[in-house]
Amino acid sequence: MLKMTNVKKVFRTDLVETHALRDFNLDVKEGDFVAVTGPSGSGKTTFLNIAGLLETFDGGSYQLDGKCVSNLSDSQRSKLRNEKIGFIFQSFNLIPDLDLFDNVDVPLRYRGFNRAERKARIEQSLEVVGLANRMKHLPSQLSGGQQQRVAIARALAGEPRFLLADEPTGNLDTKMAHSVMELLQNINAQGTTIVMVTHDQKLAKEVQRNIFVRDGQVSELHSVGDIPSAAMA
Amino acid sequence: MFSYYLRLAFKSMGRNPILSALMVAAIALGIGASMTTITVNYMMSSNPIPEKSEQLFYVQVDNWSPHNPYDDETGFPPTQLTWRDANNLYNAQQGTRQTIMAKSGGVVQPDDQDVKPFEAAFRLATNEFFAMFNVPFLFGSGWDTQADKNREHVVVITKQINERVFGGDNSVGRELTIAGHTFKVIGVLDTWQPIPKFYDVENGAFEDIEDVFMPFLLKEELELPSWGNTSCWKPRESDGFHAFLNSECINFQMWVELLDANAESGYLAFLNNYVNEQKSLGRFPRPLNNKLSHVMEWMEISEVVEEDAKVMMWLSLMFLTVCLLNTIGLLLAKFSSKSSEIGLRRAVGASKKDLFYQHTVETACIGLLGGLLGLVLALLGLTGIKSLYGDFATKVANFDFTLVLLGLLLALISSIAAGLYPTWRACNIQPASQLKSQ
Repeated sequence: MLKMTNVKKVFRTDLVETHALRDFNLDVKEGDFVAVTGPSGSGKTTFLNIAGLLETFDGGSYQLDGKCVSNLSDSQRSKLRNEKIGFIFQSFNLIPDLDLFDNVDVPLRYRGFNRAERKARIEQSLEVVGLANRMKHLPSQLSGGQQQRVAIARALAGEPRFLLADEPTGNLDTKMAHSVMELLQNINAQGTTIVMVTHDQKLAKEVQRNIFVRDGQVSELHSVGDIPSAAMA
Repeated sequence: MFSYYLRLAFKSMGRNPILSALMVAAIALGIGASMTTITVNYMMSSNPIPEKSEQLFYVQVDNWSPHNPYDDETGFPPTQLTWRDANNLYNAQQGTRQTIMAKSGGVVQPDDQDVKPFEAAFRLATNEFFAMFNVPFLFGSGWDTQADKNREHVVVITKQINERVFGGDNSVGRELTIAGHTFKVIGVLDTWQPIPKFYDVENGAFEDIEDVFMPFLLKEELELPSWGNTSCWKPRESDGFHAFLNSECINFQMWVELLDANAESGYLAFLNNYVNEQKSLGRFPRPLNNKLSHVMEWMEISEVVEEDAKVMMWLSLMFLTVCLLNTIGLLLAKFSSKSSEIGLRRAVGASKKDLFYQHTVETACIGLLGGLLGLVLALLGLTGIKSLYGDFATKVANFDFTLVLLGLLLALISSIAAGLYPTWRACNIQPASQLKSQ
């Protein structure tokens, strides 16, 4: 599903050159639920941005669903993102003046679905996250947990094969975090591949596969207990 | 997607109402000022008789002083004719149609005792005037060649005078005392006000048309006064009305209708022959310098669009540019406040092209709103001009459909142009840098 081989990413300024990823190798199979952990500045977010085609990389190769993405144009990358990838962000990134229906509608608009198709998908995905009865509410009228559920509904509406979640429970209390995690696991159980960046060891523990990133490189962990707790601080 | 982008544009404007209002106001001010001056220039330079403006020619012959040209700057011949030349050229009947004319005036005394006598402007012209200039009639018609030759006391009056004197009734056949003589009304004009009043720009290109039209030769018969500009390059030989008519003073205009280029060159050759003949009689001391100008050429030569009006228009367009520069700044601020939304849209599949389209629709909406408000401001500006300059401005300070369309188009194009850079910046926002920062 996602295969990165020796991916490199360097951020340059006039004075400094920062190697965010160096020989980054990762192979995520279809249906996996992968938790990516690591200390701040280790390259987790850079990995997620490259995996989500939001950033380019400087070396190596990346295949998404069997397709090499190195030389795609902006519009090809946008199309691929729209069709294959769903994003869930720590701060939800809902558009404040659009109601839930219109927020979930955003990715579908760029897919070119007709009105009836979009309506059906929006209603179905809001149903999955338990917010079908609040379609006309604005994000500000919802709790943090509910807002994250809307973000999940938005990610699911296009039926992507691959979900990228960046600290999806980072802004939620324990109870809400647990409920969002449960939702993600249900989604994964239905066949969607999920890669989740998190600082939360407990959350990572609930996930089938754990990746630890340090200094822009991957080490595969067999169990969460292997995570160096000092490194996660 | 257009309707979606339209909805997003209005939502976005509602999100930052003050910023949006400032942008609309900036564009409105620029459009308002520009459209006010453009309207005046447009109306001044409009073609008053588009259906035949290429076939109607103003006649100029150079009878001026051997020592000084009539116009030092351009060297153009005098702008009017002498009585003698006007009559000679008219009598030669070398054009398809021709008319000679002059402005005069006098007192109109209505029979109805309730209507007080009043002073009216006369247009003395030959019978072809009405057909050549497509003058519309409400009642009756103009006079014929015989009436010209016989100097008949017949008049055509305007709709306004007919209202004033005859209460708007069909007055054809009624009598009217004008300049102390009894005239028979043979026609009443329908509403007619060419802008500019091309047939006699010498006496005010934006004046009202005259109140009464009568045969040209009545000038001599009734010794009617000369209204408007009269210029002479040498003193008259004696005093008196006939001495004026026989002098080298110019006060008369002539138009000739010529159907094609051959007719035009033929008529110019005729003019040159005429002047050469007159030279042999001791007149026309200057080198041959005769001129035929079709309507729009004549408007240009006569500088109907005043230089001040042109300067004002360019100044107002510069003001529009300043307003647009302000709009660019405001759009940059507005779009940068939408960075996280733009990042999100990019993340979920919007291409740069999609975002460019979306933001262009938004700037176009702002531009159109600015344009609409600008047109209202332009109307206020034109009202101000009318109250400042009076009658003259009443005719040139008016909108028509073309101007409304032009105003909206100007607003649309200029706002889209102003939005190009901010929109380009918005499309190039790196989504990754925005999605963490909300």
